[in-house]
Amino acid sequence: MAEYFSDDMIVCRCEEVTVAEIKEAIRQGAKDVVGVKRRVRAGMGLCQGRTCEKMVQQILAQELGAKPWEVGTSSARPPIRPISFGDLANGVVE
Amino acid sequence: MLERDVLVVGAGPAGLAASIEAAKAGADVLLVDLNMKPGGQLFKQIHKFFGSSAHRSGTRGFDIGKMLLDEAEKAGVEIWLQSTVIGAFPGNLIAIEKGIDGGEKEVITLKSKKVIIATGASENVVRFKGWTTPGVMGAGAAQTMINVNHVKPGNKIVMVGSGNVGLIVSYQLMQAGCDVVALIEAAPKIGGYAVHAAKIRRAGVPIYTKHTVVEAIPGEDGTVCKVVIAEVDDKFQPIPGTEKEIEADTVTIGAGLKPATDMVKLEKCRLTFNGPFGGFIPLHNDKMETSKKGVYVAGDATGVEEANTALEEGRIAGISAVESLGLIEPKEAEKMRIEIWKRLEALRMGPFGERRQIEKNNILAEYEEKVVAAVEMD
Repeated sequence: MAEYFSDDMIVCRCEEVTVAEIKEAIRQGAKDVVGVKRRVRAGMGLCQGRTCEKMVQQILAQELGAKPWEVGTSSARPPIRPISFGDLANGVVE
Repeated sequence: MLERDVLVVGAGPAGLAASIEAAKAGADVLLVDLNMKPGGQLFKQIHKFFGSSAHRSGTRGFDIGKMLLDEAEKAGVEIWLQSTVIGAFPGNLIAIEKGIDGGEKEVITLKSKKVIIATGASENVVRFKGWTTPGVMGAGAAQTMINVNHVKPGNKIVMVGSGNVGLIVSYQLMQAGCDVVALIEAAPKIGGYAVHAAKIRRAGVPIYTKHTVVEAIPGEDGTVCKVVIAEVDDKFQPIPGTEKEIEADTVTIGAGLKPATDMVKLEKCRLTFNGPFGGFIPLHNDKMETSKKGVYVAGDATGVEEANTALEEGRIAGISAVESLGLIEPKEAEKMRIEIWKRLEALRMGPFGERRQIEKNNILAEYEEKVVAAVEMD
């Protein structure tokens, strides 16, 4: 059944990050969602990890034998939704 | 700079109820929502609600939505649609990308004395070969397509997950003219209410318990044309040799929801992990206030439940926000909260509710232990 869980499967579709790349990030020392995000950009795309975070957490837990709360959750920084540079530049700031 | 007493983020049942309570007490309330219409998921819920008469059992979701919108309008709540909070900064400053006429957007900085976060939840995905193939989608997304946009997601549907969402959406897909060719459940038995399951069974939908989807195979046009399912063992691993191929053009996934916490993370509210409530959630007290003073939460963003609990939590958040603004007396606010917590307890009973009551108590206790104790130490 391993063929169905192959390492070339995409996990983060926004940044096209595969299972293999996430496992490699973990081998390089990533211990949580933020560590994976910094190394391979999973969760850094358009949806900001809304879709893939749970899968990244599952892979981390599986690879490290960790509990779900130990692998953490993504941090959030503004802007938390995609916005054009134009809109941002024209923003009202006082 | 634009100033408001209360900013409510998310116009689902929790956000609407919070806005109504705050506006009724005389606060200037701004409610923002990224969708084209307010109401959250209520307007796609064409089925009747369960529960006691105090919670409008027998009323359809969209009728509850209409009632709330009416109330919000009467109470003078200002609503910005197609508008998204994109940042929160020190000094109670919130950056909002506001939708203006003609699909244009404008970034506005708002100073809000209180913030109520009612951002809801998003659908979980399931990892299998081909899960990114067009035609694979959330069950909730399929429900939005049929009940809000009146578009069929496909013709032959494989539904994954037999919780209430999987069951209800399967039935509504059939009502919309789709053929539900299989209902797949990894557990040994159906997860949702028997009354919903019976409808699916009577309609002759093949139900595969102890099964999972292992592959969605794209056809020549790149979209799903076949789905491979397989039996699973006690550890939910597919058993080789048990694969079955099903002709289908759509896979809908009802594998639960996870609270949308971007906004509470921006506000740096303290989080906790809670499996039954869907993952990481903000800690809060019985006023629905988070570890950050003046920031409140309500609804699925505090743990995935249902519309009625969201609505009641929203009321508490709204009342507590205006209490801290001095618009209602603490005594009066406390009286209202006690009544609402009683109603919430009634909603968190029975085989599905009891667990949620236990978890909710745990969250309130953890808030006392970690947030209140930490403040006292300072």
